[in-house]
Amino acid sequence: MYIYDEFDRTLVAERVAEFRDQVGRRISGELTEDEFKPLRLMNGVYLQLHAYMLRIAIPYGTLSSRQLRMLAHVGRRYDRNYGHFTTRQNIQFNWIKLEDLPDAMADLASAGLHGMQTSGNCVRNITTDQWSGVAPDEIEDARIWAELLRQHTTLHPEFSFLPRKFKIAVTAAAQDRAAVKVHDIGLRLHRNGAGETGFEVLVGGGLGRTPFIAKSIRPFLPKRDVLSYVEAILRVYNQFARRDNLYKSRIKILVHDLGAEAFAREVEAEWQHIKDGPLALDPAVVAEIAARFRYPEYARLDDDPPELTQLRKADRRFDAWLCNAVTNHKVPGYAIVTLSLKPEGGAPGDATSDQMDAIADLADRYSFGEIRVGHDQNLAFPHVAQRDLPELWRALDAVGVATPNVGLVSDIIACPGLDYCSLANARAIPVAQELTRRFRDLDLARDLGRLHINISGCINACGHHHVGHIGILGVEKNGEEFYQITLAGRADERAELGTLLGPAVPYAKVADVVEEVVAAYVELRERPNETFIETVKRIGVEPFKERVYATH
Amino acid sequence: MPLIKNGRVVADRYVHVLDDAPPPDGIPVIIPAARFLADAAEILHHDASVGVAWPNDRRVAELAPYLDRLALVALVFPTFKDGRAYSQARLLRERYGFRGELRATGQILRDQFMFLVRAGFDVLDVAKPGDVDAFPSALKRYTVFYQAAGEGRTSAARLRLARSSVPITRGPEFATSSELGASLAGRVSR
Ligand code: SF4
Repeated sequence: MYIYDEFDRTLVAERVAEFRDQVGRRISGELTEDEFKPLRLMNGVYLQLHAYMLRIAIPYGTLSSRQLRMLAHVGRRYDRNYGHFTTRQNIQFNWIKLEDLPDAMADLASAGLHGMQTSGNCVRNITTDQWSGVAPDEIEDARIWAELLRQHTTLHPEFSFLPRKFKIAVTAAAQDRAAVKVHDIGLRLHRNGAGETGFEVLVGGGLGRTPFIAKSIRPFLPKRDVLSYVEAILRVYNQFARRDNLYKSRIKILVHDLGAEAFAREVEAEWQHIKDGPLALDPAVVAEIAARFRYPEYARLDDDPPELTQLRKADRRFDAWLCNAVTNHKVPGYAIVTLSLKPEGGAPGDATSDQMDAIADLADRYSFGEIRVGHDQNLAFPHVAQRDLPELWRALDAVGVATPNVGLVSDIIACPGLDYCSLANARAIPVAQELTRRFRDLDLARDLGRLHINISGCINACGHHHVGHIGILGVEKNGEEFYQITLAGRADERAELGTLLGPAVPYAKVADVVEEVVAAYVELRERPNETFIETVKRIGVEPFKERVYATH
Repeated sequence: MPLIKNGRVVADRYVHVLDDAPPPDGIPVIIPAARFLADAAEILHHDASVGVAWPNDRRVAELAPYLDRLALVALVFPTFKDGRAYSQARLLRERYGFRGELRATGQILRDQFMFLVRAGFDVLDVAKPGDVDAFPSALKRYTVFYQAAGEGRTSAARLRLARSSVPITRGPEFATSSELGASLAGRVSR
């Protein structure tokens, strides 16, 4: 856990006071909706189709049980008893009233939660691998760097009115679970030939209307330079990116227009001026931040305790869940447990207030009071003793978050779409719900292996459809909802954009088409463990296209 | 529009000189960037203070050779959403050491006051007269900041270290943010 001190608490409290004043001015009519808009957008408040929506940051996806209970409380008291976890380690409340917002913010602030960096043209909530600090394949805890960057960019005097929103992700593991290549800046912590750790800096990734995979502009940046280098990138971006066209103002367009090399030269030139200034990181500052990440006092335990092996033999459901939702931990005898927020027929990423409370209680019992939020819209318990897994499984099952579909076809990522979002062209959640019904057979899902479906309700791509193994994008055709399907995108360390399957299909057909695609894969794969993306890579989309459009 | 300087509403001493008019004798002037650059030597002979109105899409490095002879640089925010001049302000203050008047013009609204002062502006040309009264509270709203910037505050990281008495090995010596906040707020009167 990251422990807030009086600085953090003071800032958040002052933020609430400011927002209360701004809401007061809006209610009294002193501010028009137009004038209020940029102010609410600096606090995570959006105006959606039916109501205001409040987006709360969960920096680097780490929550304490107390914070999760506070989210449950806000859902219960000010909303309709639930919250929606997004793909960027935020939670959204969809039905909040304007006059309740200051009180809701004050309640959240009492647990160290806030809406800073969740909206507006600033540096957004900095995301990381949701398993940071416990993943066996990481070289260090990426959250320390995310926290340093979070602090540096919060209410930044120069970068709070950028051309557009700006997203940074950090990973420190061999496997990229933070999708750094589809961020404005991706930072990949790795070890160089001399054994030192530093960052590969990637820029200009992003999805939306013009998707790009990020370009590497610096293979190795010493850690002391990370703030100054990011500052240099932001300064170049702030001054030179386009501001005349909303769709061309992200850094990916600037990098593309200038070319990655010319962009890198601008950044280097700027950086030379500031690299040895106040932003050069003092090891004592880093140590101070690192010291406020607390790790549990793990017990000395062995892997695979007998109670586990016994139940695996005795109970097939338990074994299936364990194989699917439980991952290796750095520390022997412990495990990382993913809680699926993708039950059959559910809206991806939604959790009710009662579920959040129950999960918080279980986290206290079994995960040292800590919960993680991943970009896959699932939760995780990062510190579970393996011997507790049978008990925990029963308890999670009772809460409805033990569906063993993590990373499988029914673990669908979807944006809110036309059910909530004022920008949407088409529904996303009902498509996801229908697909979870079509693929309810968990044996089939297991047989299909890793298969990520991502759904966005419009070209803004909040559901990351470009990088879904099967991507589904809602478009509008003559006032009706249609969907474009892409195949074999991926968001990991080998990130790639998906390839279009063919003409868009109407709402009523989209689940059928996805079923066809999956059936085609089962026939076309070379061997049972050739994954979906491997098959598409090997044979291309053509055979899938033929089959789908022949039948429809 | 009212000008706020050091927390006080002040009259504008300067006149804006349009592109071909001669600078009026003995009166401080603000000259558009293009004209200034075309004729800097001549203009700098003016017998009163000279300021330049600099657009937000031109590199301030071009002004660097003249900064020690300029009394004022006016930067512009065509809309409050266009934040390019924040970078220009920090560069002028922190890189080029400009110590003259740095004026924020354009759509300057009260909810930007804090950002502007922190970026190094000392004079704000406020768009809505009603926002003037909000200046003291806008500056007092926050007492801590995570990052140091142009106005010389201490970052939270440094204050933390100072508090935990770990020796500080690098970084400028600044007043604490609460001292600065108090002195800024104390200076505000009309
Ligand atoms: S992708 Fe479009 S519809 Fe979905 S949340 Fe984003 S803006 Fe809204």
